[in-house]
Amino acid sequence: MHSFGYRANALLTFAVTALAFICAIASFSDKFSNQNPSAEIQILNINRFKKQSHGNDEVSLTLDIAADLQSLFTWNTKQIFVFVAAEYETPKNSLNQVSLWDAIIPVKENAKFRIQISNKYRFIDQGHNLRGKEFNLTLHWHVMPKTGKMFADKIVMSGYSLPDAYR
Amino acid sequence: MGWIGETVDSIKSIKIRQLVTQVVTLGMIVTSALIIWKALMCVTGTESPVVVVLSGSMEPGFKRGDILFLHMTKEPIRAGEIVVFNVDGRDIPIVHRAIKVHERENTGEVDVLTKGDNNDIDDIGLYAEGQFWLHRHHIMGRAIGFLPYVGWVTIIMTEQPIIKYILIGALGLLVITSKD
Repeated sequence: MHSFGYRANALLTFAVTALAFICAIASFSDKFSNQNPSAEIQILNINRFKKQSHGNDEVSLTLDIAADLQSLFTWNTKQIFVFVAAEYETPKNSLNQVSLWDAIIPVKENAKFRIQISNKYRFIDQGHNLRGKEFNLTLHWHVMPKTGKMFADKIVMSGYSLPDAYR
Repeated sequence: MGWIGETVDSIKSIKIRQLVTQVVTLGMIVTSALIIWKALMCVTGTESPVVVVLSGSMEPGFKRGDILFLHMTKEPIRAGEIVVFNVDGRDIPIVHRAIKVHERENTGEVDVLTKGDNNDIDDIGLYAEGQFWLHRHHIMGRAIGFLPYVGWVTIIMTEQPIIKYILIGALGLLVITSKD
């Protein structure tokens, strides 16, 4: 009954159960944090706007991104992945989401930032629908925990538009 | 000899009724593990509800040896989601983030482009030759939960099969010799 194997097994089972329980509690505690993130994005310049040789529109632009995501950090947060995507509709596609810029925020201190940057990923349409196109810029964040459930949310900012002519 | 001697003695003392009980117990353990796995497949809607991260392409978010819990629903794929996908001609599924999504107006089909957070370039180079987008059928699930380190167990067992056999042998011996 009280052999070495039996005791080792009991100890291991208890340790794993306790650890799993603590992980679950840590993840659950994320639900009680108070979140009030804010963001503001401006288009500073359209650097380039043209139709590629195979017919797709491509834009290069400079963005001014200001955001405060400090309230998303909890003790169970490993990092926050933040990205800005252009989102728009075209006759062919009901939704186009094109990521323009992203960053990994490892600590709370860096979660309040302002950056002026041209798009990191190419902004290419599937087709040539971008002239005069109105689109949303959405700041998405993805909170990656030390353990447990991941969660994501976004702030949609509308009212941006592209020029009527290539340049 | 102590423990080993006792073990040998207890194997010798097994009677046929006891042996049957042990075999049934072992069978119950194996089948309940199988039931749990299949039930998870039903609940999560994906053929592999848990995956082990094998590469560092999503560091520092996911490191080698971490495990991810997957979920697959009918809901459309959106940019920013971490998806697990299969590429034709590759055995091992890849866990990366969707950075571009184009969804068709009438059919609802999607074109998805992915990238590892820790990689400098997107995944077009990883896809099959001539493939520029992932489609719905490539995607096995999206990651919803995370547990660090646990996957090392399977990584070690896959890379050092000898440890797997020792472990299975030891557990088997334990089940056979245990006398409740």
